[in-house]
Amino acid sequence: MSETRLRIGFIPLCDAAALLVAVDKGFAAAEGLDVELIREVSWSNVRDKLNIGLFDAAHLLAPVAIASSLGLGHIKVPIVAPFGLGVNGNAITVSPNLHAEIVEATDGNIPNPLVSARALARVVEKRKRTGAEPLTFGMTFPFSTHNYQLRFWMAAAGVDPDEDVRLVVLPPPYMVESLTSRQVDAFCVGAPWNSVAVDLGVGCILHFSCEILAHAAEKVLALRAHWAEENPDTVAKLVRALDRSAAFIEDPANRAKVAALLAAPHRVGVAAGVIERTLEGRLKVSPDGRVRSDDRYLLVGHNGAARPDPVQAAWLYAQMVRWGQAPLSQDLLAAAKGTFRPDLFNAALQSNEASAAAPADRIGAFAGPPFDAEDISGHLKFWAMKQR
Amino acid sequence: MDASLNIVIVDENPVRAAILEEGLREAGYVNVVRIEGTAKLLARIYAIDPDVILIDLENPSRDVLEQMFQVSRIVKRPVAMFVDQADSASIQASVDAGVSAYIVDGLKKERIKSILDLCISRFNAFSRLQSELEQTKSALEERKVIDRAKGILMKAKSLSEEQAYALLRKTAMNENRKIAEVAQSVVTAAELFK
Repeated sequence: MSETRLRIGFIPLCDAAALLVAVDKGFAAAEGLDVELIREVSWSNVRDKLNIGLFDAAHLLAPVAIASSLGLGHIKVPIVAPFGLGVNGNAITVSPNLHAEIVEATDGNIPNPLVSARALARVVEKRKRTGAEPLTFGMTFPFSTHNYQLRFWMAAAGVDPDEDVRLVVLPPPYMVESLTSRQVDAFCVGAPWNSVAVDLGVGCILHFSCEILAHAAEKVLALRAHWAEENPDTVAKLVRALDRSAAFIEDPANRAKVAALLAAPHRVGVAAGVIERTLEGRLKVSPDGRVRSDDRYLLVGHNGAARPDPVQAAWLYAQMVRWGQAPLSQDLLAAAKGTFRPDLFNAALQSNEASAAAPADRIGAFAGPPFDAEDISGHLKFWAMKQR
Repeated sequence: MDASLNIVIVDENPVRAAILEEGLREAGYVNVVRIEGTAKLLARIYAIDPDVILIDLENPSRDVLEQMFQVSRIVKRPVAMFVDQADSASIQASVDAGVSAYIVDGLKKERIKSILDLCISRFNAFSRLQSELEQTKSALEERKVIDRAKGILMKAKSLSEEQAYALLRKTAMNENRKIAEVAQSVVTAAELFK
């Protein structure tokens, strides 16, 4: 069988698992794909190298794939995503000091995001009164789920993310250090960095992102639309290899094997134990050893997580509009939805089943009316009213 | 060419940053500032208020710079990537070289074309230098290993230096390996037998 050579870029995070395992366990080779994995240090690099053709495919933030298709923030290169590498998997971690302030200002149960957001609003208000510096939150990229999840959460209690607090971009490997040195008071990032902060005793996990949105597309396999069109067979092979890899990962019996593989220095490069906890969805949330588990914490392949859902793309586009990154238009909405390609997924796997077990509106936000992908302006109007 | 442009260099590699700064100064740019470390990077950049920012692609802080594109109350002037949609050749050349450039919006492309060209050639020259240095280093290491292996063989098998080298070379040819690799095996084996 003649081999197809592919160069695929990734960022060392647990949600690159399906891609890394597909290569390292031979699922890609079984499809006749000879994949060279290239570990990158920034999302900007991954995006640029994919856009100009140095990479054939990439592990990419779902909103970056959409922004590239829409020409937001950078040059416009249409991207397609035939496979979802991960759904959910982020968490909001706060410094022990901020955690104590939030607990003190709380009138209910913290794991409820509305309760914690209201407590945050009181903390912010108090800081304003006393003339203290505004709180600083770290997130990973302007076009990131982390940015939107933080904003959605705090804005639900009336905290204006652009006025009441500071949101700053930080590369994930710098998050923990920035929390330790008090450059930030909190951050939203993917695995394993929240657990690393907790293990070092410098942070408490306040929320898993799945408590804010039950189902949020996180990373996708991103391809240039043009390249995908010219190489349909290779796209199908890639999807099949990733699908087998996701099935391997979601079998609990393989967890230790997968964690050991991802722990390698040239892959994710953190302790296998931390990765295993991530895959299990059972995380130590505070330095005193408290544990919280959620089987929706990070979904790789489970419950239709691998099939790209255009409703997810529409929700992400709605956030871009809500926070002033994009204008509202039917064309842009269509282009955003068109980035997620369930048809390519279905064609490769000859599958037609609808995504099971996802929430009814396919987003499952903790606040606000159900999301309607056909009514972005309704979504925006509701939240604009809440903000005032 | 506009000597008064404010240029910021963000590079984790101090040697390369120095080479780049020197090149820009030689070309007549007087306002060149190198930024080191990652703490409060954006605030420091805003304080300098640069016209052009150059950053190496191995630097994770590149994502921090992307925030400058966002509409935000701390932004004084919008910043855009140097290359526009039609100029993918420039992106390709700079990404290949390992450098990325950002400029303030409204600055004419021609005005900083020479800066980017200079960066690309200095980055390429630097990586050539580095690979030459690595080659020299590894050649030196290889010679050391071969010398040690020769010594071991001479002692163990009472060979002359020429005979010891001939034995290494013959084995390497038979096994289709490099002499240095065979020499390394000899050294490793000798350590095990110690």
